[in-house]
Amino acid sequence: MLRLPVLRHAAPTSLDEAIARLSEDGAMLAAGGTDLVPNLKRRQYPEAKTIVSLRRVTGLDGVSVDDDGTLRIGAMTTVARLADDGAVPEVLREAAGAVASPQLRNRGTVGGNLCVDTRCHWLNVPETWREAAEPCLKAGGEMCWVAPAKKVCWAVSSSDLAPAMVALDASVRLAGPDGERTTPVAELYRDDGMDHLAKAPNEILVEVIVPPLGERRAGYRKLRRRGSIDFPILGVAAVLEIDGDVCTDARLVLGAVASAPVRVTAAEDLLTGRALDANVIQEAAELAGKAVRPMSNTDLTSRYRKKMVPVFVRRLLRDLVDA
Amino acid sequence: MRYDADMVEPQVEPVRLEVNGIERRLFVAPHRTLLETLREDLGLTGTKHGCELGECGACTVLVDGVAVLSCLALTLDADGAEIVTIEGIGSVSHPHPLQRSFADHGAAQCGYCTPAMILTAKALLDRDPHPTDREITEAIAGNMCRCTGYLPIVRAIAAVAAEDRP
Amino acid sequence: MRIDPHHGVVGRAAPRTDALAQASGGLVYVDDLSYPSMLHGKILRSPQAHARIVSIDTSAAAALPGVHAVLTGADLPIAYGLLPVAQDEHALAIDKVRQVGDAVAAVAADDPDIAQRAVELIDVVYEPLPVVATMNDAVEIVDEPIHGDGPRNNRHREVSLDFGDVDAGFDRADHIREDVFFYQGNNHAALEPHGAVALVEDDGRLHLWSATQVPHYLHRIVAKVLEIPEHRIRVTANPTGGGFGAKTDVFAHELVAAKLALATGRPVKLILTREEVFYAHRGRHPVLMWIRTGFTGAGEITAMWFRTYVDGGAYGSYGPASLLYTGQLQTTTYRIPAYRFQGVRFFTNKPACGPKRGHGTPQPRFGLEVHLDKAAEDLGLDPVTIRERNLVHPFSTTVNHLRITSCGLADCIERVVEASEFRAKHRNLPPNRGIGLAVGAYMSGAGLPIYFNDMPQSEVLLKVDRGGLVTVYSMAADCGQGSTTMLATVVGEALGLDAADLAVVTADTDLTPIDLGSYSSRVTFMAGNAALEAAMKLADLILTAVADELELDTDDVRLGRGVVLAGDREIPWPDAVRMAEARWGLLTAAGSYKPPKGIRGDYKGAGVGPSPAYSYSACVAEVDCDPETGFVAVEQVWLAHDIGRAINPLLVRGQIEGSVHMALGETLMEEQAFRGALHDGPSLLDYKIPTALEMPPVEAILVESIDPEGPFGAKEVGQGPLLPVMPAVANAVHDALGIRVDEIPLRPDKILAALRDRERDGQGRYGPTDLPAYEFRPPLPVDPPPELR
Ligand SMILES: Cc1cc2nc3c(=O)[nH]c(=O)nc-3n(C[C@H](O)[C@H](O)[C@H](O)COP(=O)(O)OP(=O)(O)OC[C@H]3O[C@@H](n4cnc5c(N)ncnc54)[C@H](O)[C@@H]3O)c2cc1C
Ligand code: FES
Ligand code: FES
Repeated sequence: MLRLPVLRHAAPTSLDEAIARLSEDGAMLAAGGTDLVPNLKRRQYPEAKTIVSLRRVTGLDGVSVDDDGTLRIGAMTTVARLADDGAVPEVLREAAGAVASPQLRNRGTVGGNLCVDTRCHWLNVPETWREAAEPCLKAGGEMCWVAPAKKVCWAVSSSDLAPAMVALDASVRLAGPDGERTTPVAELYRDDGMDHLAKAPNEILVEVIVPPLGERRAGYRKLRRRGSIDFPILGVAAVLEIDGDVCTDARLVLGAVASAPVRVTAAEDLLTGRALDANVIQEAAELAGKAVRPMSNTDLTSRYRKKMVPVFVRRLLRDLVDA
Repeated sequence: MRYDADMVEPQVEPVRLEVNGIERRLFVAPHRTLLETLREDLGLTGTKHGCELGECGACTVLVDGVAVLSCLALTLDADGAEIVTIEGIGSVSHPHPLQRSFADHGAAQCGYCTPAMILTAKALLDRDPHPTDREITEAIAGNMCRCTGYLPIVRAIAAVAAEDRP
Repeated sequence: MRIDPHHGVVGRAAPRTDALAQASGGLVYVDDLSYPSMLHGKILRSPQAHARIVSIDTSAAAALPGVHAVLTGADLPIAYGLLPVAQDEHALAIDKVRQVGDAVAAVAADDPDIAQRAVELIDVVYEPLPVVATMNDAVEIVDEPIHGDGPRNNRHREVSLDFGDVDAGFDRADHIREDVFFYQGNNHAALEPHGAVALVEDDGRLHLWSATQVPHYLHRIVAKVLEIPEHRIRVTANPTGGGFGAKTDVFAHELVAAKLALATGRPVKLILTREEVFYAHRGRHPVLMWIRTGFTGAGEITAMWFRTYVDGGAYGSYGPASLLYTGQLQTTTYRIPAYRFQGVRFFTNKPACGPKRGHGTPQPRFGLEVHLDKAAEDLGLDPVTIRERNLVHPFSTTVNHLRITSCGLADCIERVVEASEFRAKHRNLPPNRGIGLAVGAYMSGAGLPIYFNDMPQSEVLLKVDRGGLVTVYSMAADCGQGSTTMLATVVGEALGLDAADLAVVTADTDLTPIDLGSYSSRVTFMAGNAALEAAMKLADLILTAVADELELDTDDVRLGRGVVLAGDREIPWPDAVRMAEARWGLLTAAGSYKPPKGIRGDYKGAGVGPSPAYSYSACVAEVDCDPETGFVAVEQVWLAHDIGRAINPLLVRGQIEGSVHMALGETLMEEQAFRGALHDGPSLLDYKIPTALEMPPVEAILVESIDPEGPFGAKEVGQGPLLPVMPAVANAVHDALGIRVDEIPLRPDKILAALRDRERDGQGRYGPTDLPAYEFRPPLPVDPPPELR
């Protein structure tokens, strides 16, 4: 039986206390723990000393809608709840429903999902295995085994909700030792597998704020080998504003192809102001394909995943136009 | 870099669980998972494990009525929670309808995934007493079974749902 | 003697006798055991694929408070292996390690955390050696052989046999076809990880519990390695949480747990992690194959030449048998008048392969059935016809001297073809949809035991108490297949008792007579026959006693359901039993089973393949392919299986559906692949077992050919139904997309590669073309059996 390393546990009951505990040396924040615990069991965080659980901090879960239609999702809201809640736009429900497996969705949270650690074939492996390979960059080694040329870690952003939230132009409210700040989800991420979150370790994601979708159409498509359990090896989220035949605004975001969600602005620009016929969609899809370079660091080959980008983008856009 | 256990002094902390309707107060190490506590501290070995990483579903138990993976849940985080394990829903002498139906439909071969499957099914039926076969299949899609090909499991759950139909 | 069931016990779709215990979490698997003052064992495993051990320093581990024992290779110096010809393993590595995951040292400690900490404190210095990662490496890297010394020693075993005049067969052919296929290795991935518990009993004897399918072989090897006489050891096999062949070998953790218990005098538990299970492996061998077949214009096979290159991993294990299985059973489905089989198994620095459901035969079956499909197309025949033209005859002998008895293959084909509307659908489905057919055959038990002896392979003891309870004693280990229920059903049927009313004691070397184990689909046939023989003897004792007591002619006394019918009286079973005990003393009866002589040839290698009976199956699969993503959705599977007789149709169906699941996993996604010598992902996330969402509906069709020698006519069902599924899906993909992926698994990227190949004016094929530069020795001629000369 694989067990956790010896650790301490803190169960703060207020956000301030949680931030204080999180500021201590070796503290790791756990929400649902469905990402943190497996990583700890695989000894991926040798610096870990204390698990700071957010579960006793009240007021962090739930979904509410402001008068203007703005959706507020508490960080501790479970992914299952998000997938099930009628107040939540279909695109988020789709993305949430595609996360992991039913039991993991029951426990995993929205905040945890957005902060889920980047993943790589060379890192998210058991300990004997990792010892058998020389340690990679993220494991404290000298280089990245996926692309040894550069001293960059290519571990993959593997959240299903992240691309959808970026496409929806959602923001997150973060609480830290110096108070609160709100930042667009898109700016929460850095394209660096080693350090993919643009926030201090003792900043806690409190709430996700999603502007109203209005008449816009949105969708999420996920590529993975099995219909359940598997992380995305490609996620495509799109939000389109269509007036008559013409697309007046577009956001297209790819997940699981880099260390952060990737916004394909070239394709967005192309779509905007055009009638979305098959040719335009195809062109946008190809632009999306060119915008990313998946690596051989997750399931299936990098070449295959790259080929799937235009296919998934085209299919999603077509479905949205036909809807 | 290997994990260095010397960094952290082991300690135990108190926790109160309601397991199968009975209040249990115990002291556990903070890094202990609910899976380990149920099996090793409380002797409830009906809860199984196949990966301890959230990948197989064999360790599913109900926490406050919801199916979760006990291998990823810290025991201390379950403080105050109501936990139901396979032992809590029925026994050989007084089987739960799902337990009876799994037996009758050949839904267990080696039986190792069975407790988790039954609890997952129970959570489903508690929420939705009349699921379609598709909904049943989706509900058990986080539980691996290596023996049955899942089909008899779906039949067993559907039969209980049908029995219950007015 | 053929015995027909008439009590309605056999043939009833009854639940397993332990079904409620399973469903209530009460069944005790090995990790559910615990004993007072039990210690926890942990093994340190090698991070090196191939290295010399320069030094091991265990002092820090031994000094850690709570550590009770530390072992290294020097403590368990005796080599072992399941086959007498493959004694190449050590419980803990001596001098060198041969794969990532080799056991190097072990500890027993008060709790698992201390045990974990202790192995982390063990310091091993390795001197890396050249790593043999592939079969090509095995041929080329010869300076530092994985085992022994000498230049060609990475070749583990070779076979080269000619049955009949192969060259003449090819000369006679109107059409000759050659193909190359690759079948990737894969793991059993039984849901329960392996584990063992050991303790020293009050009488000083060692007691070892294990999640094993082979308690008898484990018993022998523990005795050998620990140098303790067998009678000082008791082995109990717990019900296993799935086997599929994973638990048919003897593993380091079993020997280490036993040794730690002896070293500490305390009970010791040692349960593997999932990562360790992938390193213990013994799963499907990767096999590269080359097939050449000659056909007449009408599609009859004139000769076949089959070459297999088998990647064995670091140890022998069952390998010598596995290798032969890649060539031996082709002849059990088709009449092949002349047959050349050449095969070679290599050692590589990867986890050792061994038997997984179908042991050595799914790989060649995949190749053969796809090859035949292609040949049918060459010859303008349909897939049904080419198979029917070559079908093996019931009660015949094959060119490699296998005795065929009952054979319902023709029936199986007809039933699936009809149920699936194959003829109407083949080549006629809408774009991207396709349908494919394939067949297979498997043994109902290997004809020979693992170690040579003349004793029975299965023995069953029955004991009756004064209350009428019949207890069945058998070493057969239930690995989920339902052998315990089968024993109760066979004895129940013979005695007119409900299976649920019997007691069955199994898989304990102190209590139960020999059964060689749950492998090679042998238990129903062999233990079932032993049980039947014992039950018939018991019936005889009881009927004679009743007849004598009531002064009736024995012809007037017979068994009814729960009663003895004596003239016009009905004697309740318990009363009849008491009459018999009064007459004979303690009521016991024993039965044993040994396969008949004369079911095999006498060439070297003839020991692998013979079986007292073969099961047959035919499969049709319908698929829906996405030519843009390369995803293959299997929409439905029809599988007809010649079971001989279904002792319990519920359990038979379960084996069929379960086989289809495992087969579809292999076909589409499961692979034990490596990056160099490093496993591609030893976890249940990276190793893709299909979930419930991937499982199509399965129409299971039971064909009962009533085997003359099987218990009540029964044959096997645990492995056979898996075999035709992989090629049926591959053939269906061809029907759907017009491409050929000659490689398992049919991953989406390979489907796309084949489509790309077609666009570029290729043949629309993805698959291997090159074979290792390995020269087989000239084939040894073997005369065909007299009737085929
Ligand atoms: C087998 C398996 C399959 C999975 N498949 C998927 C999948 O398909 N798609 C997917 O998106 N995910 C998947 N996951 C990952 C994970 O289950 C989900 O992402 C889940 O939503 C994470 O939420 P959590 O609350 O459990 O996160 P936790 O494990 O609690 O936390 C994850 C990370 O986020 C940080 N964190 C958590 N909450 C906050 C917060 N409020 N503020 C700041 N930091 C925070 C933690 O410190 C930690 O580093 C899978 C996991 C497993 C084990
Ligand atoms: S043991 Fe918890 S999911 Fe596998
Ligand atoms: S019955 Fe064996 S794993 Fe499900």
